[in-house]
Amino acid sequence: MKTICALFSTMFSATFLAAFLATLIVLFSNTVMAATSKPALDAANIDPKDMESLKRGAKYFADYCMGCHSASLMRYSRVGADLGIDEAELENMMIFTGAKVGDLMHVSVDAEDAKQWFGTKPPDLSVVARSRGVDWIYTFLRSFYQDPTRPWGVNNVVFKDVAMPHVLWELQGLQAAQYSNVVGDDGVTRQVITGFKVVETGDAAPAAYDVFVRDLVNFLHYMGEPAKSIRLQLGKWVILYLAIFFIVMYFLKKEYWKDVKKAH
Amino acid sequence: MNRWIGLGKDWLETRFPLIEFWNDHLAKYYAPKNLNFWYLFGSLAILMLVIQVLTGIFLTMNYKPTADTAFASVEYIMRDVNWGWLIRYMHSTGASFFFIVIYLHMFRAFLYGSYGKPRELLWLFGMLLFVLLMAEAFMGYLLPWGQMSFWGAQVIISLFGAIPYIGNDLALWIRGDFVVADATLNRFFAFHVIALPLILVGLVVFHLIALHRVGSNNPDGIEIKAKKDESGVPLDGIPFHPYFTVKDILGATVFLMIFALVVFYFPEMGGWFLEKDNFVPADPLKTPEHITPLWYFTPFYAILRAVPDKFLGVMCMGASIAVLFALPWLDRSPVRSIRYRGPIFKMALIIFVVSFISLGYLGTVAATAVATNFSRLFSVLYFAFFLLMPYYSKIDKTKQPPDRVT
Repeated sequence: MKTICALFSTMFSATFLAAFLATLIVLFSNTVMAATSKPALDAANIDPKDMESLKRGAKYFADYCMGCHSASLMRYSRVGADLGIDEAELENMMIFTGAKVGDLMHVSVDAEDAKQWFGTKPPDLSVVARSRGVDWIYTFLRSFYQDPTRPWGVNNVVFKDVAMPHVLWELQGLQAAQYSNVVGDDGVTRQVITGFKVVETGDAAPAAYDVFVRDLVNFLHYMGEPAKSIRLQLGKWVILYLAIFFIVMYFLKKEYWKDVKKAH
Repeated sequence: MNRWIGLGKDWLETRFPLIEFWNDHLAKYYAPKNLNFWYLFGSLAILMLVIQVLTGIFLTMNYKPTADTAFASVEYIMRDVNWGWLIRYMHSTGASFFFIVIYLHMFRAFLYGSYGKPRELLWLFGMLLFVLLMAEAFMGYLLPWGQMSFWGAQVIISLFGAIPYIGNDLALWIRGDFVVADATLNRFFAFHVIALPLILVGLVVFHLIALHRVGSNNPDGIEIKAKKDESGVPLDGIPFHPYFTVKDILGATVFLMIFALVVFYFPEMGGWFLEKDNFVPADPLKTPEHITPLWYFTPFYAILRAVPDKFLGVMCMGASIAVLFALPWLDRSPVRSIRYRGPIFKMALIIFVVSFISLGYLGTVAATAVATNFSRLFSVLYFAFFLLMPYYSKIDKTKQPPDRVT
C-alpha cells in the first residue's frame, strides 16, 4: 500500500511538474507569437440537428458555391437521404448540371478556366469544415471588405489576399474596414482592422445575413462528416455494452482470484 | 463419451501438440501472483495489434494507393462504405492508442527493472518492436495523402539527406522520386500492409518466446523461480490461465471503453490524433505553415530540432532511441524494482518522465528561441538519465527486497 501511495505521489508530482513547465512554455511562446497572432474568430453556433437549417444550407451551397466549388467526395443522393429530401425535390433544389442524383457533386466549370480567372483553382469543399473549422468559415464569409488594390475589389480579414470574390455581396452589401493603432506585446504599434463600416447595404439585414451564413456553414459541417450524427448516437450504446460486460467480468475475476492467497 | 474424447485427444496430440502448447503457455505457465495494472499493457498491445490488423484488412479492400485517388478513397471509405467510418476511425485512433499502450508498457519496465538480467533479450526484442512500430506508423500516415501526410514524410525522409556522402542518394532511393510522390506512396503502402506487419508479428512471437523462457518480472523485482514447491511450481506463481486471462479481459474491457469513447466522440482528439491539415489533399506546391509529426514522434522530433546542426540533430535523434537498447547494461543497481531503489534513481526517473513529456510537447510547437532552449535543456536531461545511470544506479542506497513477493 505504502509503495502504491509513493508511486502515485511520484507520478502526480511528475505530471504536476510537466504541466507547470508546459504552462511556462505556453506563456513564453505566447508573448513571442502575440505580435503575429491571427484575428479572433466569431463562434458559428451551428446546430447540426436542425434539419431545416441544413436543408437551407444545402440549397445555398448549390445556389452560391457550386458555380465554382465542387464537393466531389459527396453524393447528391446522400444529402437527400440524410436531410430527408426526396429525389424530385433534390434535382430541383441542387442539381443544375444534368448530373444524376447518385453522382458525386462535381462542378461544371473547367478547372483550367477557373485557374485563369481567379489565379488558383477554387478548392473542393467536401471536407473544408474539417480542415478550416466552422468558426473560421463563418467568420471568413462575413469578413470581406473593400480593397481597391485587389483584383475583385475586396480583401478578407481572416484570409488575407484571398483569390475569391465576395460572392455574397448582394446579400451582405459592402463594408469598409476601420483601422486603429494597436500596440502589440512587443511594443510595436500596428494598424489593425478593428471593425467594419457599411458602405452599401445588401438585400439581407445584418442579422439575416448571419443566419444565412450559419445555415451554409451548418451544411458544410454536415458534409465534412456525414456519418457524424450516427457516430454520436451509437457511441453511448457501445460504451454501455462494455460497461455491462465489465460488471460480469469483474465478478468472474473476483470469483477466480478468491483462492489466490495474499502475501506470505 | 469420455472414452471418445480421450481417443480424440490422443489422436490430436500424436499429430499436433495443441494440448502441450496450451499447458506450456497458458494453463501451466506460472506468472507471479502480485502483477499489478502495469502488467496489463502487454496483452493490451496484442489487442491493439489485432485491432489494427483487422481494421487494416478492411481498409485495404477500399483504399486506393495512388497519388490521384488516395485522398478521395479515404473519404469514400468514410461515406460510401458501410461502417467504413467506424473502421477508419478505429484504425486512426488505434495508431495513437497503440503508442499510448507501448509507452506505458515500456515505462513499466523502467519502474520494475524488467529489462535486467536474464531479460535482456526480451527487452531487445521489445525495442526492435518499438522501432518497427514507429516505421509502421510513419508509413501508414502517408497513405491518406493529406497535406500533413505529404509534408511530414517529405521532412522525415529529407533527414536521411543529412548523412554525409550518401545522404541525398539514400533519400532518393527511399522516395523513388525527387520528391515524395506516387512511387513513394506505392512502396509505403506495400511496407505498411505487408512487409512491416509480417516482421512485427514475427517479432511479437520472439518477444513472447523470450518472455515465456524467463518468466514475467513483477513489482517486487525478485525471481519467483527461486522458490519452488516439490513439484517444481513457483510458490508465488499462479497459472496464467485462468487467473491472468480473466484479469487481462477485465483490463481490456476498461481499455476498450476508453477507446470507444475516443473513436465515437473524439476521433480527431483536438487535432492530436487526426490533424486538421490532413483534410487538405497533398499539394507539393503549398507548404503548410507548421509541419509537425504526430504526437508519438514529437519527443524525438524535439531532440532533432534542439541541435543547431542538421546532421548532428539526426544523429542525436537516432541516439535518443538507440540508447534505450543499452538500458539493461546501463543499469548497475543490485535491485530491480522502484520499490527497493534509492532516492537518486527515483529522482532521476521523475526527471526523465518530465523531460520526455516536455519534449513531446515542445516537438509540437513552433521552434521559437525560448522553446528551442527548453528543448535543449530537456534533451540534455533525457540523455543524462541514461548516460549517468551506470554511476548513479550503483551508488544509490537501495533497500533489501523480500524473499517472497508482497
